[in-house]
Amino acid sequence: MQHDEVIWQVIRHKHCSYMAKIETGIFCRNQYNVTGICNRSSCPLANSRYATIRDHDGVFYLYMKTIERAHMPKNLWERIKLPRNYEQALEMIDKHLLYWPKLLQHKVKQRLTKMTQMRIRMRKLALKTREVIIPTPRRDIKREQRREVKAEKAALLDKAIETELLTRLKTGIYNDIYNYPESLFNKILDDGKKIVNEVEEEDKEVGVIEYVEGDDDELEEEMEDMEDFSGFPSKESYLEDSDEEDEDDAEEQVVIHKKGRALKKSDDNGKSKKKSRVVVEVEEEDGGTRALKSLKL
Amino acid sequence: MGFKRKKGDGDGEEMESEGRGKPSFNGGGQKHVILPSMIKNKDKRSKVYAKQKQEKKLEKQKKIRERDAAEKRALELGEEPPQKQIPKTIENTRESDETVCRPDDEELFADIDADEFNPVLRREVTPKILITTCRFNSTRGPAFISELLSVIPNSHYQKRGTYDLKKIVEYATKKDFTSLIVVHTNRREPDALLIIGLPNGPTAHFKLSNLVLRKDIKNHGNPTSHEPELVLNNFTTRLGNRVGRFFQSLFPPDPNFRGRRVVTFHNQRDFIFFRHHRYIFDIKEIKPSDKGKDGVSQERVKPRLQECGPRFTLKLVTLQHGTFDTKGGEFEWVHKPEMDTSRRRFFL
Repeated sequence: MQHDEVIWQVIRHKHCSYMAKIETGIFCRNQYNVTGICNRSSCPLANSRYATIRDHDGVFYLYMKTIERAHMPKNLWERIKLPRNYEQALEMIDKHLLYWPKLLQHKVKQRLTKMTQMRIRMRKLALKTREVIIPTPRRDIKREQRREVKAEKAALLDKAIETELLTRLKTGIYNDIYNYPESLFNKILDDGKKIVNEVEEEDKEVGVIEYVEGDDDELEEEMEDMEDFSGFPSKESYLEDSDEEDEDDAEEQVVIHKKGRALKKSDDNGKSKKKSRVVVEVEEEDGGTRALKSLKL
Repeated sequence: MGFKRKKGDGDGEEMESEGRGKPSFNGGGQKHVILPSMIKNKDKRSKVYAKQKQEKKLEKQKKIRERDAAEKRALELGEEPPQKQIPKTIENTRESDETVCRPDDEELFADIDADEFNPVLRREVTPKILITTCRFNSTRGPAFISELLSVIPNSHYQKRGTYDLKKIVEYATKKDFTSLIVVHTNRREPDALLIIGLPNGPTAHFKLSNLVLRKDIKNHGNPTSHEPELVLNNFTTRLGNRVGRFFQSLFPPDPNFRGRRVVTFHNQRDFIFFRHHRYIFDIKEIKPSDKGKDGVSQERVKPRLQECGPRFTLKLVTLQHGTFDTKGGEFEWVHKPEMDTSRRRFFL
């Protein structure tokens, strides 16, 4: 009884394990404290007559301590179960804390109110689905990341996707949809040589050019030629003169024709560069190549 | 001390009494391998260890040289070279799982017939997806969701609000959605995907990692709105099969091949890699082989891929039967840390 003051002096000024000093104030961690603040009137150690409310699993109990049991720590706190109903609980507190200091009664009732409110809120929250944060040890997180990197390397994703697409193509579900004709595609798949051969054949065809006899046009062209080329080398002039002396006008054409031909031939030999004209050569063996040459002119 | 054993000494019995060590009982030539950890003297121990390492290295080199020589000889003689050894990979040495699907399993077919995904996969219902987020969505979340909307056809996004997940499930079932995807964000990054099949489908919770958005991919392509083709690789076990079908039920069952879009879920060592590509088949000429067999150039078809859309990795955390109900639901598969102890055991 008289101990209270002494105890308080010692606790407050020396050391109390339950005291927690934060920037907002000084708090008491003792479970039996009514208000939670470290005070002369709120300290459960420094008050021989004390009352609190504590809750176990949602049930509220009124704890009371009197000076008569101060020497029996085991039976120090008397526990009374409070009813679930808030008003009834208040009445019960009134009944049990009758003749107790007003401050204590008031604080105990305040505590009851607060705890009831908390209980209601906790129940409501428990009904809702809440996210639970489960911490994983850093070792596991690192291990997972390492394994993921290795798995990605082992996966060879692009290659896998490409092979899968190829197998699907081969089964033929894409047919009729694709941008190249199927026949060509099959050829490609089967034999690559054919394509190379085809290209060569075309080349040969390109080289060979067939000519059909054209009549007057040719003669006229040759005539024009002759007009243009007045100054010929001596060989040609010889031919010209000899022919003309021998034959009459009736054979003029033929003569001219012959001349033309002769001229043409000599032309080919001598002055192939002047004329950029297609030459008709059919029967000779080297005809093809000759024709080619003139073409290139 | 009497602990140190000299090589070439002692009997087989004494070897056994030592416990560990690798006795090879080939008749006469018994090798006594000293475990360096049995030697207490650090100096001596490190020397013995170094020596053993050196010997092992020499042995290995000798083996390699022999192998190469044998191969060369065989080639020169024109015979078949000795068979090449197959290197051991984790996939090769995977612990055998009895739940691996076999092609002739009737139980599997029966299960598939009684699946929750049947209405979608049998083309009775077209899939309709609702995408939402967790209560707090920030930074990369919305970007990821917009990309998801472009990947999955017939998908809709709705803001979460503060609705309970179970209420959202009810709402979605009422509005005829076939799946609900919840993207969960943690520390400003999407880190989990909750896929719920509706009306009474399973709930799969995946851990999401390694997210790369379309804008961060070099030379990315832009996806069209054609129905994509699906590629599901390596889903071997029963659980894997179920998860694979779950992914399949998110997409419409008739792909439009003209669109040339492919969505891939590739499972490797229980990690599911998601990729989204556009592809085209090219006819490429391959140069003649160097072995001088033929100088003819062959043409081959090669598919080319252009990546579009996000790229991420998923890992299955839990698979629950029925819609979302953590307390009352029946969990088909839950990941526990003790499952990670073996490096060769995989579940999908």
